Amino acid sequence: MLAELKEQLRAGSAEEYLSRLFEKIEKSSLNAFTTLARESALKHARDFDKKPSQGLLAGVPIAIKECISTKGIETNCSSRILRGYIPPYDAHVIERLKAEGAIIMGKTNMDEFAMGTSTETSCFGPTKNPWDPGCVPGGSSGGSAACVAAHEAPCSLGSDTGGSVRCPASFCGIVGLKPTYGLVSRFGLVAYANSLEQIGPLTHTVEDTALLLEIISGHDRRDSTSAEKGSYLPGLKDGVSGLKIGIPKEYFGEAVGEGVDERVEKAVWDAVSVLEGLGARWQEVSLPHTRFALAAYYVIAMSEASSNLARFDGLRYGLRQGEDRDWHTTFSEIRSLGFGPEVKRRILLGTYALSAGYYGRYYLKALKVRTLIKDDFLRAFKNVDLLASPTMPIPAFRIGERINDPLSLYMADVFTVPINLAGVPAISVPCGFAGHLPVGLQLMGPHFGEATVLRAAHAYEAATPFHEAKPEVV
Amino acid sequence: MENVIIGLEIHVQLNRLQSKLFCGCSTQYHNSEPNTYTCPVCLGLPGSLPVLNRKAVEYGIKVGLALNCQIEEETLFYRKNYYYPDLPKGFQISQYDFPLATKGRILIKGEDGLERDICITRAHMEEDPGRLVHAGTIDKAKYTMVDYNRCGMPLLEVVTEPDLRSPKEARAFLDKLKSILEYLDVFDGSLEGSMRVDANISLRGGDRTEVKNISGFKGVEKALSYEITRQKNLQRRNIKVVQETRHFDELRSITVSIRSKEEAHDYRYFPEPDLVPMRIANWVPAIKATLPELPDAKRERFVKEYGLTDDHAKSLTSEIKVANFYEAVAAKAVPRLSAVWIADVLKGELNYRDLGIDAFQAEHMVEIVNLLSSGAITEDGAVEIIRTLLDKGGSPQEIIEARGLGKAGDETVKKAVREAVAENAAAIADYRAGSERAMNFIVGQVMKKTRGKADPGEVHRLVKAEVEKV
Repeated sequence: MLAELKEQLRAGSAEEYLSRLFEKIEKSSLNAFTTLARESALKHARDFDKKPSQGLLAGVPIAIKECISTKGIETNCSSRILRGYIPPYDAHVIERLKAEGAIIMGKTNMDEFAMGTSTETSCFGPTKNPWDPGCVPGGSSGGSAACVAAHEAPCSLGSDTGGSVRCPASFCGIVGLKPTYGLVSRFGLVAYANSLEQIGPLTHTVEDTALLLEIISGHDRRDSTSAEKGSYLPGLKDGVSGLKIGIPKEYFGEAVGEGVDERVEKAVWDAVSVLEGLGARWQEVSLPHTRFALAAYYVIAMSEASSNLARFDGLRYGLRQGEDRDWHTTFSEIRSLGFGPEVKRRILLGTYALSAGYYGRYYLKALKVRTLIKDDFLRAFKNVDLLASPTMPIPAFRIGERINDPLSLYMADVFTVPINLAGVPAISVPCGFAGHLPVGLQLMGPHFGEATVLRAAHAYEAATPFHEAKPEVV
Repeated sequence: MENVIIGLEIHVQLNRLQSKLFCGCSTQYHNSEPNTYTCPVCLGLPGSLPVLNRKAVEYGIKVGLALNCQIEEETLFYRKNYYYPDLPKGFQISQYDFPLATKGRILIKGEDGLERDICITRAHMEEDPGRLVHAGTIDKAKYTMVDYNRCGMPLLEVVTEPDLRSPKEARAFLDKLKSILEYLDVFDGSLEGSMRVDANISLRGGDRTEVKNISGFKGVEKALSYEITRQKNLQRRNIKVVQETRHFDELRSITVSIRSKEEAHDYRYFPEPDLVPMRIANWVPAIKATLPELPDAKRERFVKEYGLTDDHAKSLTSEIKVANFYEAVAAKAVPRLSAVWIADVLKGELNYRDLGIDAFQAEHMVEIVNLLSSGAITEDGAVEIIRTLLDKGGSPQEIIEARGLGKAGDETVKKAVREAVAENAAAIADYRAGSERAMNFIVGQVMKKTRGKADPGEVHRLVKAEVEKV
C-alpha cells in the first residue's frame, strides 16, 4: 500500500494528499491526534512536490505516538505534566524516517505515559474506535492505530511495552509489530518501562510493516541495548510451506485470565487452518509459566516506571503552576496536579515494590519469573518456528466499561505481556470479526526472527480479505 | 584522640577525562556560563539514554588497582532514586552490588608517627549531580539556582573503613589519595569541587554524624575538629549525640544539622535497565601494565638511588610534579644537595606564595645547586636568588650580578679580616680575655666590609688565625 502511495505521490501532489488528510482529521470525531504538525508537514510536502526526493518513504506522511520525541513538535505522552514540552532533539526512529523522506504529520493520542490498554487515561480524553465510536481503540497506542484504521494517516509508529502496539492493532483491524527487544533504538522514546519496550509500526499491510521496520531498525550507539538489524522485505513473499507453528495451549479457552471470547478463539483457529492450507504444520506446545506473566510484568513495569517518571518535577520543563514554594512542596504539588490516577497508581505500586524489604519479594522475584517465561519461549522455539494465538482475548470493549476496574483491564494484556518479558517479536494481523469488531491473530517468533514472523503474516494476509475491510467512518 | 572514629567517603571527579560519564559533553566546564555544557542526556530530558564512557571505567579500574583493591569480574550500574533539584532524572546512576573495586588500602603516617594502612571498603563509579547555588546560607536562603554543567561528570566514590583517628589523619589520608590520583593522571585537584568529602564521625560508644559535602582539605580538618568538639561538649553535658546528617558551613567554620536519620532515604536501588552488565576482568592486565611508579615506590627508590633521607624522599614524592622536577635537577646536580634545597627551601618559598612547582624552572635549580656546591655563592645568596626568581623573574646569573651575590674572593676576605683586626683593638683585647661576643662583633665587621658575600664560618676561622698571629 505504501509502495503504491509513494508512486501516486510522485505522480500527483504530496501537498494535496496531506491537505486532504488534515481536512479529514479536522472533521473526525475519533480524537486520534493530539498535535498536528500542519505547517512543517505541508512545507515538507510542498518541497517534495517541487523536487521529489529519493528515499524509501519519500513524500509519505506518518503519524507518531505522543511518547516519541520529535524535534520542535510537542511531545507530552498525553499527560498534563508534560504539556508544552517541545523536545530539542529527534528520536532515532524519527531521524531514520526523515532520512528516508517521510513527512511527520503529527502526534497521536495514547494512554498517559503508555499506561493502559484503552487510550482512556489520556489527558486529552479517549480516542474512539473507528469500527464503533462507542468502543475503545485499544491501547496504549490507540491514536496511532485508530488514525491508520480510519485512513487519517497511511501509517504510524507506536510503542509496545506490554502489548501497546498489538492490542490497538487488533482492536482496530490493522497490522502492528512489536520487534525483538533491542532491534529498534529507544533513543528518544519517553520511557515507561525500559527493559520491556520497543517502538513498532502500525500499518494496513504486512508489507508496509516490513518496510517501516527496514527503516527504523538497526544499531544506534546512543542506545546501549540496541542490536544490528536483519533484512525484512526480500524474503517476505516466500510463503509458509514447511513452517512449524506452535499453538500454546495456555493461550486458549479458560486457561488463563478471564478466558478467551469464543468468537475470538474461532477466528484464530480459522487462521491456523488457513496457514495449514498454505503448507504450514501446527502442533500444540506449552508455555507453562504463562499464568505468572501478568503479575511479573506489572511488577517490573511499575517498578521501572516509578523511577523513570521521577524526572517530571516541573523544574526544567512541562507543567509549572501556582506560586513556587520550597522544593518539596512545589514538586509534590506539580506531580499531584500533573499525573492522572492510573499513572499515580503505577508509580505508587512500583515505588512500593522497590522499597527496602520488598525488593526481594517483588522485583527480584518478578525478574526470576521473567527468566522462566523467557525459557518457556526458548524451549518452544526449539521445536517450532512460530507461535500463534489471539492477540487479545476479547474484541474492543466499550469506553468506560473497564476503566474503573484496573484488574480487569490488566487482565486483557494476558497474551501480549509474555512477549515483552521474553523480548521476542510478535505481530498482530486482522483475522476476522467478532460481530462488527475486528479480531487480531498474534504470530510470535524467536529473538530476531522478524523475517519469519513477517513472512508468515504476509502469506496469511495474502490468503484472506480481512485487511481490506474498512470501517464505516472511512 | 584515641576514641575518635572517622570514616570518609570521597567523591573524586575523574576530570582528566575528555567527556562526561554517560554523554559526549565536555568535562571542561569550569568557569563557564551555567547550563552551557549540557545535552539531552545529562539534562535527563525525556527519552534520552545513557551510554557509558568506557575510558571512565578504565580510569576507575586504574585507581582501584593503585589503591590495592580487588577489581570485580563483572560490574554493573544501579539507579539510586531520590528527589533533589540537582538531579534532573530523579535518580542518580551509581553502583551498588558489584562495585568496580573493593577491599583496598592506603599507607599513611598516623598520629603516633608510625605508618599504617587505612582500609578502603570500596570504590565505585557514579555520575555527578548538578550544582546548587544558594542565595545566602543553606538554612536561610530565599531561593536556589541550579547549574547542570557539572551534571554527569564522572565520579569515583572512594569509601574508607572507620580507620582514621583524628582530623590530622584524615588530612594525611586525603593528601595521599590526591597524590596517587595525580600520579595516575586521572585527576586535576586544582579545579573547584574536584574532590568532595563526606565524613562520618563518632566518639567511641556514641552515635555517629555524617558531615556532607566538604570541599577542600583544610575544610575537612576544620569540619572534623568542630564536629569532634561539638560531640565532646555534648558528651560532657551528658547529652546524647543524635545520628544525623550535617552540613559544613565553610564561612562560619561550623556544622549545621540538615536532616536527621529518622527520615533516612530509601534509595530503592535497582539495576539500570538502560545499561548492560560489563565484564571487566579481562581489561585488568592491560590497565595494570600502564600503572606508573606510585608515591610509595618512588619514595623508596629515591632513598636508595639518591641516598636521600626518608623525610626528604617523602617530601619530594608527594606530588608527581615535584618528583619529576627533583629528578630533572638531580640528573645534573649533586642529588643530596638538590634534595635539601628543593624539599626544605624551594617548596617552602612556593607554599608561601601559593605557587606550584611549575612556577620554577628546573634549569635554574640546577644552576643554583651547582653554584652552591662549587662555593661560588653563599646559602643566604642562594635563598635570595630563589626569592628573586619567584618574585621578579630573570636568571640566577643576572641576579647574582645585579645584586653582587657572588662570594667574595679569598684575598678580599683576608684583607677585610686584617683591617677589622687592626681597627678594633679593644674588641681583640676582650676576645683574648674570653669574650665570644667580641669575636662575633669582629666577624660582623668583616661581613660588613664584604657586604655579606663572605662565608661567616670561614671568616670566624680567619679572624681566629689572624688574632693568634698578632
